[in-house]
Amino acid sequence: MTLIDEPRPDNLVLSPVKTSGLGDQMKAGLDAPICLTWELTYACNLQCVHCLSSSGRRDPRELTTGECEAVIDELQRMQVFYVNIGGGEPTIRKDFWHLVGYAVDHGVGVKFSTNGSGIDAGVAERLAQSDYVDVQISIDGADAQTNDHVRGEGSFATAVRAMEHLHAAGFEGFKISVVMTRHNIPQVDEFKAMADHYGAQLRLTRFRPSGRGTESWDELHPTDQQQRDLYHWLIDHPDVLTGDSFFHLSALGEALPGLNLCGAGRVVCLIDPLGDVYACPFVLHDEFLAGNVRDEGGFEKVWQQSDLFIGLREPQSAGACASCGHFDACQGGCMAAKFFTGIPLDGPDPECVLGHGETAMDSVARASAGKDHSRTAVAIGRKPGI
Amino acid sequence: MSTEPLTFDSAVAYRLHERVALRPEPFGALAYHYGNRRLNFLRAPELVSLVESLEAYDSVRAAFDDANIDPHRWPSFEKALASLAASGFLVADDTES
Repeated sequence: MTLIDEPRPDNLVLSPVKTSGLGDQMKAGLDAPICLTWELTYACNLQCVHCLSSSGRRDPRELTTGECEAVIDELQRMQVFYVNIGGGEPTIRKDFWHLVGYAVDHGVGVKFSTNGSGIDAGVAERLAQSDYVDVQISIDGADAQTNDHVRGEGSFATAVRAMEHLHAAGFEGFKISVVMTRHNIPQVDEFKAMADHYGAQLRLTRFRPSGRGTESWDELHPTDQQQRDLYHWLIDHPDVLTGDSFFHLSALGEALPGLNLCGAGRVVCLIDPLGDVYACPFVLHDEFLAGNVRDEGGFEKVWQQSDLFIGLREPQSAGACASCGHFDACQGGCMAAKFFTGIPLDGPDPECVLGHGETAMDSVARASAGKDHSRTAVAIGRKPGI
Repeated sequence: MSTEPLTFDSAVAYRLHERVALRPEPFGALAYHYGNRRLNFLRAPELVSLVESLEAYDSVRAAFDDANIDPHRWPSFEKALASLAASGFLVADDTES
């Protein structure tokens, strides 16, 4: 698993007292998540081929403004200090800016992920004036050709325009978020230069075979050599954010910075547009559905009492990886990546750097992708633009 | 009035930044800074008590004297405080000194 979009919240500072034991306490779960991802809508003007939530069409059953406010009230009571809002394209919701303001007014900071289509000069000005709101612009290529192949025609230009507005407005340190694929790993230095140019922070995360990624994984997931190249690049660039999503690479040597554990249901989770609560952003599938915020007891009861989350907080078996000397480093990898490639949850990660994953995948059928919100059939290199 | 010094000085007074919130946890506390949007784990209950007590003292050292912490552990606690100051969670408080 990974914490939300990240096993480690990107902004986590690890202070040097009592370093031992923290991981065990995290694994046993906390009374409230450290941070959570909240997909506000499945509506999206793009249909990226790797979308974790297979977004496109709005679901008419999505939470109302009042229901969203009630969730925020609960997060405030539970002292969940900030949420990562995504979608879909969250800025499409008519009440998006209202909800951001409501969260901030209730002590819940917001980082939201966007393709940039909702960030004009005026919005950028307003955003630059609030410390409580952070913005993350998604791109998947350092040039239009590479990016638009995955995200749709015109999407690179839209994202760049948003970054220019934020930069011009003086928004320091917004995030540029890139999902690492076979096509863009060779461009990491260009992404870094782009972030430096805009005074932004680069954030690289792992591509998972979730949502529409189940279909595009074979073409887009990194090669073994690219995984090794990326690992060394990340070791050389500790200031680049990763949400700890590459902890499976720690088996290559020195551990990458961060908690290096799967936080699913333990310290992170996801709320989807309908209020369904899943263990992490990469497992929008009935197998990992813990409950709904509309149920009696709300989000807090789901987080604290659902059978699924209680089970995830039990000590997990190393299973097939028990005899591997690198288990302490990689923890068996990502739960979602295993699930959607048909590997048992106590089996090796499909991208195990020692090659155990490929053997495991050979013998199994893949899991179904889960719910699909696409507007039209989606294929790589043929996607509707903005 | 507060400043954020580059180095931590246990001879002066510190306090939690006014935009930092603490959430109690079994291991200590989760701290969040609304200003710089960073998270921090305070990984010992004694560290949480110490941090919360700081503003009542003229110096960090005086806070240590009253805290129920084994003196052998003071260096690691001081290191933690220095780290909290470096990331903006603690600020030097010169209102009383």
